[in-house]
Amino acid sequence: MNVECSTILDRLRLAMPAVLATVRQNPCPSGQHSLLVAGSHLIDVCRFLRDTPDLAFDFLSNVTGVDWPDAAKADAVAIPGDSEEAAVPGGFLEVIYHLYSTRHRVGPLVLRARTQDRTTHTLIPSVVSVYRSAEFQEREIFDLFGVTFTGHPDLRRILMWDEFEDHPMRKDYIAPDDYQYEPTPHDAVLEKASAHYPTKP
Amino acid sequence: MISDPFQFAHSSPVLEPGEQDDQLLRVSLGPQHPSTHGVFRMNVVLDGETVVSLKPVFGYLHRNHEKIAEGTSYLGSMPYTDRLDYICPLTNNWAYAHAVEKLAGIEVPERAQYMRVILGELTRLINHTAFAGFILGDMGAWGSALMYAFRERELILDLFEELTGARMMCNFMRFGGCRNDLPAGWATKVSGLVEAYGPFLDEMERLLVGNEILLARTQNVGALPKELLINGGITGPMLRAAGVNYDIRKVDPYGIYERFDFRIPLGHTGDCYDRIMIRFLEMRESLKILRQALNDLPEGPFIHPKAKNRNFKPPVGEAYGRIEGPKGELGFHLISDGTTNPYRYRVRPPSFINLTLIEDMCLGLDLADVVVILGSIDIVLGEVDR
Repeated sequence: MNVECSTILDRLRLAMPAVLATVRQNPCPSGQHSLLVAGSHLIDVCRFLRDTPDLAFDFLSNVTGVDWPDAAKADAVAIPGDSEEAAVPGGFLEVIYHLYSTRHRVGPLVLRARTQDRTTHTLIPSVVSVYRSAEFQEREIFDLFGVTFTGHPDLRRILMWDEFEDHPMRKDYIAPDDYQYEPTPHDAVLEKASAHYPTKP
Repeated sequence: MISDPFQFAHSSPVLEPGEQDDQLLRVSLGPQHPSTHGVFRMNVVLDGETVVSLKPVFGYLHRNHEKIAEGTSYLGSMPYTDRLDYICPLTNNWAYAHAVEKLAGIEVPERAQYMRVILGELTRLINHTAFAGFILGDMGAWGSALMYAFRERELILDLFEELTGARMMCNFMRFGGCRNDLPAGWATKVSGLVEAYGPFLDEMERLLVGNEILLARTQNVGALPKELLINGGITGPMLRAAGVNYDIRKVDPYGIYERFDFRIPLGHTGDCYDRIMIRFLEMRESLKILRQALNDLPEGPFIHPKAKNRNFKPPVGEAYGRIEGPKGELGFHLISDGTTNPYRYRVRPPSFINLTLIEDMCLGLDLADVVVILGSIDIVLGEVDR
């Protein structure tokens, strides 16, 4: 049973008048609309949702990272309200949380938080202090997308090895071409290699 | 006892690599140890026999399933979902098809719904039966329990082979239904299997329930408070063994589960013994569902006549769909930008997230208990590492 996002937002505003959050409409038949929450308020919002008895969103099921180099695409999936400005171009990274209530058996309540950009300001506060289940999932997003979760107790790479440098789930990631044995590199492989290896003199 | 249920349990000193301490011993458990169910490693620090720190190490089987799925069509990922939790391919197929159907608003015809329930519950039988064999192997009963379990699993795999052409990599569900209809006489064979399964469970339970070694190894091992388990994202039999009544087939019904009469077995203490027993009880409920589904199986199309699987373009938007997999909540989060490939394809793997609290479960116990606790979580590394 999906949650009515606007009701939740009203409750949030009542409890936290300064909260920066908006409802984002989902255009597809799933009907899972979401709440876009400012990173600075994310932990307070989660704590409120978890600890208010008649909401009791005690179960953070899933955390998804998304890379949006094109901000307009992000707005097409999560449509902003009329009074909201369109997302700034240049793109950002987004983290999406799916919350459920095991007590009231409702959900998912979808929260989204966005970084300022994709390169230098990639910070989002960690919700591990509210939901332990985010621990490994945030590590995974840090590893594969490069979102830095501030306040995470143990933020290390989890699936890639520690010496690995890039973030493979980013849309502009270039896969290495030496991952498989290629006895005689041919057209497609050579062309791919030329994109990121210096040409031999 | 933990004062704040959501806080971290680590209070003991943790040894950094290279640091010397005459009292503590660092053990690298895995990745080849036969009890780890695949290539999974744990860095354990021991004080005598007692675990004072345990850090899981992932990624030996990582192939970035999610990235590969972004590079192919929606249908193209269907056979690859088989490889996530390769013990139960059909529930993986179902979860993925369920998420895509939510995304695009596709209807599933009656007969296909019944076929999915039958296959899903047979998969649950496979998983829980194999689990019983694996955990006995972890405890040192190497071979015989697993042999009994695999003997029964084999019979179900034969049925899968007859239906889908493959024993494990079934690739059977489609958006809006299933790939092909049931072969003649298949349902009768399933009925025969269901009738024979009860006596097998009786036998297996008789061998296990009162076994002195099993009791000594599993009772009062690895239990955690309910609130912490929910907070830690633990789902499936692990959560229900601690007495939390949360089964997605009941609380967020998908498919046609509302029509069946079955109960959700609940444990009491949440220790490893309850986790084993809850799986036996769940298999009995699965048999009940199977009997009803086989009895009511209607005629009709096995896939929606207008379902389009090739060159399939769902509308722009996102959907999170989840089912009660044998190991816990198996979810798929899909984001569509209106093209033939998913913009984002995320698997919510129950095995991976059920490992979140493994350190909390093991602290203060003996090293031998770690192996039993890991076995009781029931992980498959194809899904943990993706």
